[in-house]
Amino acid sequence: MKRVPLALTLAAAAALSVQAASAQTLKTVTDRGMLSCGVSAGLPGFSSPDDKGNWTGIDVDVCRGIAAAIFDDPTKVKFVPLSAKDRFTALQSGEIDVLSRNTTWTLSRDTSLGANFTGVTYYDGQGFMVKKSLKVNSALELNSASVCVQTGTTTEQNLADYFKGNNMKYEVIAFASADETVKAYESGRCDVFTSDVSQLYAMRLKLANPADHVVLPEIISKEPLGPMVRHGDDQWFDIVKWVLFAQINAEEMGVTQKNVDEMAKSDKPDLKRAFGTDGNLGEQLGLTKDWFARIIKAVGNYGEMFDRNVGAGSKLQIARGLNQLWNKGGIQYAPPIR
Amino acid sequence: MTTEPRKPPPQYVLRVKRALGGQAGWTGLAVQILFAAVLAWVTYEIVANARANLETQRIASGFGFLKNTAGFDVSQNLISYTGSDTYTRVFLVGLLNTLLVSGIGIVFATIIGFSIALCRLSPNWLVSRLGEIYVEIVRNLPLLFQLLFWYLAVLAALPGPRQSINLFNAFFLSNRGLVIPRPIGQVGLDPFLVAVAIGILGSLLLRGYARRALFQRGQAIRIWPYVLGLLIGLPTVTMLIFGVPLTFELPQLKGFNFSGGSRVIPELVALVVALSTYTAAFIAEIVRAGILSVHKGQMEAGSSLGLSRGDTLRLIVMPQAMRVIVPPLTNQYLNLTKNSSLAVAIGYPDLVSVFAGTTLSQTGQAIEIIAITMGVYLVLSLITSAVMSVYGWRINRSLGA
Repeated sequence: MKRVPLALTLAAAAALSVQAASAQTLKTVTDRGMLSCGVSAGLPGFSSPDDKGNWTGIDVDVCRGIAAAIFDDPTKVKFVPLSAKDRFTALQSGEIDVLSRNTTWTLSRDTSLGANFTGVTYYDGQGFMVKKSLKVNSALELNSASVCVQTGTTTEQNLADYFKGNNMKYEVIAFASADETVKAYESGRCDVFTSDVSQLYAMRLKLANPADHVVLPEIISKEPLGPMVRHGDDQWFDIVKWVLFAQINAEEMGVTQKNVDEMAKSDKPDLKRAFGTDGNLGEQLGLTKDWFARIIKAVGNYGEMFDRNVGAGSKLQIARGLNQLWNKGGIQYAPPIR
Repeated sequence: MTTEPRKPPPQYVLRVKRALGGQAGWTGLAVQILFAAVLAWVTYEIVANARANLETQRIASGFGFLKNTAGFDVSQNLISYTGSDTYTRVFLVGLLNTLLVSGIGIVFATIIGFSIALCRLSPNWLVSRLGEIYVEIVRNLPLLFQLLFWYLAVLAALPGPRQSINLFNAFFLSNRGLVIPRPIGQVGLDPFLVAVAIGILGSLLLRGYARRALFQRGQAIRIWPYVLGLLIGLPTVTMLIFGVPLTFELPQLKGFNFSGGSRVIPELVALVVALSTYTAAFIAEIVRAGILSVHKGQMEAGSSLGLSRGDTLRLIVMPQAMRVIVPPLTNQYLNLTKNSSLAVAIGYPDLVSVFAGTTLSQTGQAIEIIAITMGVYLVLSLITSAVMSVYGWRINRSLGA
């Protein structure tokens, strides 16, 4: 446990010493023949290995989409499981090409880590989970409670702000990994488990009796989660950004994994631009003309990705909510492909 | 023609030459200077290059972050701390928590270790087998698993705060830890502490006097009645004059947890138990080796003098064994301190957890924070080994070696 950050930091120091700042990530990835992607070690719906050892989840699909755009093969990804506190060091040191690990976009992370957020894959917010038997209906009834939280997250600070702001006392117990946190909550060390709401639903599935636990209605923070890339490589930044935009645009234009081949033959001008039958937008990104079709064939549009991993088609059954498209009552919005 | 004998070069020149250049003399010195220069240059290059790259990638660097507000809370703080304090304060809180767990761990590990060693050497078959089983099981399982075992096993066995095990309405044991009455200092506290200090000092002086009398004049002086008077009588008298030194605040169940009273968090207990039982297994073997390294004739000599087995061990064997025991024992103390960084696995807020963990991921300044943390462990280890060196030196001196 303690050796990981040390090793990473040493790697960071060594790598920083040799690596030129303006790394050509796309070339590095193509030469390697593999995308290296940092994900969380086991968060159902976002990134977790299934019973056959395949990684699944939204964060995972983001990386598969990038790999599909580059190699036309969504399997050419090496997933690097990272704990919350090691994730930025792994990105800074060049161990991974993209960090897709339910990371909240904040000002300080955007400016001080030498990395940029490329977009928002999931609009989340922090909430609380308690045992039903406590008969608590609101987070405002949690005065003097013990709270379990994962260390190295924005959650810790939001928690402090919330209890201070409402003049409530609490005891915080911070663990290194999500699994340890949940285990301590389950064993009764804490009354409350707090995290992003999507994580609460995901971790509840791991509890012995999910029905005995309830997520309280209060959402105490804004947690826009998205992928990160290193500073200093604008082309790579554009690619990672536009892979997600392509998926959101695809949903908006009605392109799905199933009908992608038919839609590619369409005469509609916006579809022709996206599929590269008109113009060379893909090549402008440093990719191929058929980049759009590659992504959708591999991982589907945004809505499909959402449903499959966390929405109606998954065990988590999370409603689209804020993550619905902008023209359907949500706030997911992508600049046009033109 | 007389030949004048050539004067040998003065001693100090030779000594300097040997000290700096070793066997090779001045050439050796030149090589050493060159080596030091290369080392300094490489270090400079690494630091300068890392700094330049951090700057071009616009990763924050420097130690300015230490003055920023931390914005998160810590479950156990020995000094007052709130979320609006700085990262420097977080560092101190974490450091004190590490020191606390290491200090308590070392004391318990030593006590358990010595006891197990004596068990293993016991002529009683059952006792010595039990000692052996303990050592073989505990030292052969990974520490992290033992830590998680103690934490989760202890937590699972304890009831929730509302069903706490209650002793005299003052002590409550639950899965939130052990809640005890909190002592609150009163007017009588200062005189009381002074009296206790005088008592301890006086007793030590008396003991020194009695020892000298025994060794120099062969005169045995009975000091225990005076010691008893100093240690118990004196504080009692001050208490009668100045009033009670302490009152106790009783814990009460309010809402989810106890309010009032002091609390020992279960993370601390689990960490201390795991670290001290684990390290004790190694210490037991070191102590056993030390005792066995003393010739068995010493034991026989002791019993032929009419000393009991315990007295022989205490007065004759142990002082000689300590010479062998101290250096590897120091290693174990250092290991225990360093192993305490596993605390993060069970949520104990030690230095690695709150500083190299939370602070690092909030500020992203990995190089600075890891450097500080490594520096702290290095200093702690050097202090421990310095103290143990002095102790070892005193033992050797007293044995005339």
